Amino acid sequence: MRVTPKQLFWIKGLFHLVALTPIVFLVLNVFSGGAGGDPVQYIIHYTGIGALNTLLITLLISPIAKKMKWPWLMRTRRLVGLYVFAYATLHIAAYFSLDLLFEWRLLGEEIVKRPYILVGAVAYLILVALTVTSLKKLMSKMGRKWQTLHNLIYLAVILVAIHFFWSVKSEIIQPSIYIGLVIVLLSFRWRKLIGFFKD
Amino acid sequence: MKAKGFTKGIAQKAAWDMSESEVTPESVFKQRRNIIKALGLGAASASLSTNVQAGLFDVFGNDKPKKAFEVSPLTFTKNQSYQTSEILTPENKVISHNNFYEFGTRKTDPQDNAQGFKVNPWQLKIEGEVEKPLTLDYEDLYKLIALEERTYRLRCVEAWSMVIPWVGFSLAELIKKANPTSKAKYVAFETLYDPEQMPGQRNRYVGGGVSYPYVEGLTLPEAMNELSFLAVGLYGKTLPPQNGAPIRLVVPWKYGFKSIKSIVKIRLVEKMPPTSWNILAPHEYGFYANVNPQVDHPRWSQASERRIGAGGLFSAKRIPTQMYNGYGDQVASLYKGLDLRKNF
Repeated sequence: MRVTPKQLFWIKGLFHLVALTPIVFLVLNVFSGGAGGDPVQYIIHYTGIGALNTLLITLLISPIAKKMKWPWLMRTRRLVGLYVFAYATLHIAAYFSLDLLFEWRLLGEEIVKRPYILVGAVAYLILVALTVTSLKKLMSKMGRKWQTLHNLIYLAVILVAIHFFWSVKSEIIQPSIYIGLVIVLLSFRWRKLIGFFKD
Repeated sequence: MKAKGFTKGIAQKAAWDMSESEVTPESVFKQRRNIIKALGLGAASASLSTNVQAGLFDVFGNDKPKKAFEVSPLTFTKNQSYQTSEILTPENKVISHNNFYEFGTRKTDPQDNAQGFKVNPWQLKIEGEVEKPLTLDYEDLYKLIALEERTYRLRCVEAWSMVIPWVGFSLAELIKKANPTSKAKYVAFETLYDPEQMPGQRNRYVGGGVSYPYVEGLTLPEAMNELSFLAVGLYGKTLPPQNGAPIRLVVPWKYGFKSIKSIVKIRLVEKMPPTSWNILAPHEYGFYANVNPQVDHPRWSQASERRIGAGGLFSAKRIPTQMYNGYGDQVASLYKGLDLRKNF
């Protein structure tokens, strides 16, 4: 399938729409009372799951593009990746503002003391690095280093899945399903991943 | 709400025929309905607005059941020893933010899934090491012992808290009626097991992996403490199902999960009884589960808590958590010589 620049423009527009719709639903739900009398945990979970879902979608893009021979699809990956960062940022902002109520000291203590938060924080730092270097100019400037840096996304998705699994009180079925999905998505790239260890 | 008073031939407004003023945020609408109900106004006027407004919210995919569980006003005295100057958590938050995994693990699930819950008939049995086993029927819950109102702080193990005016009676009074034998050292509680009514008991995914029925326990001295309370109502009315209708325990110096809901059995026993969260994650939840700011949960701090008060999202406050949730004067003596770090 060939796609003209104009078509790509509309496809990207559609991706933006799909990525933003859950936020609209969240806002509606919170203000209509559908998220309960104290929607703090709801918002934190919702944006966290949103970040993880979007991250899984970015990892699905290149296997689909290869399989279907759709090179244009690769040109949407940066956009989707930036939404991963956006959702992760909302997730952390909600935790810090609504749950910790802007207590910096408590945030610092919790990151150091709680392994599951530390794991999530490391994943977020990776996302920050990838977002900052997602500018096209930097991409050409960094050359091969850029690809090396961006391979950290595989580490990030593993950390995020662990963070999710570790954070729940008892309901481990959903996080277990996500861990399964992560393994499947990484298995598409097993040659590449094994390559990291051979170097 | 019981039968809707609609008959063919009586002119009704179409669902779409509404003025701007009728479009009310759901929380306001619910509160208003509660007020109408509390005032005992006719069902007809209330049900008209229910139908019209439920139609609107269906558009947003909000699948809240249209028939809310019916609560009714209670007669009680205010216990002056347990009043507070603290700001109460508004009723609409108390009844829409619940942990009751029998109805689902999300905070909104109990309200969404429990509205059809049947509480009448009900049987609460007091048995085991007692000389006079008792069975309380639904009516007895409100009649056997005179009801009083007590306002308690509720501290969830998840580090949020509320202030709630409960209506009920002292647990000790009920236990005394059954006359415990000298063998009785602990009190074991059990929630209703009814997978047909409780989706979380049917399906592990909905119920969060807890093995049901939910069980809890106290030592006999804890149960006989003046603070231990059996609630049959909140905010002056019978309990809604999401808060543990028709009868639940309230032990305010312990984390919320000790305050077991929808109780069918109270058993006096010799040995320390198993408790649900302790079975599920023994390194995270102990038998005692006393509120203690010095002993963190393995995954979060217990030193402070988010108090859910009136107002919007950013109005909550983080306040320091008090030892025994501020009830040390009444209960600290129960734990003399006990290592609270080990017996968390």
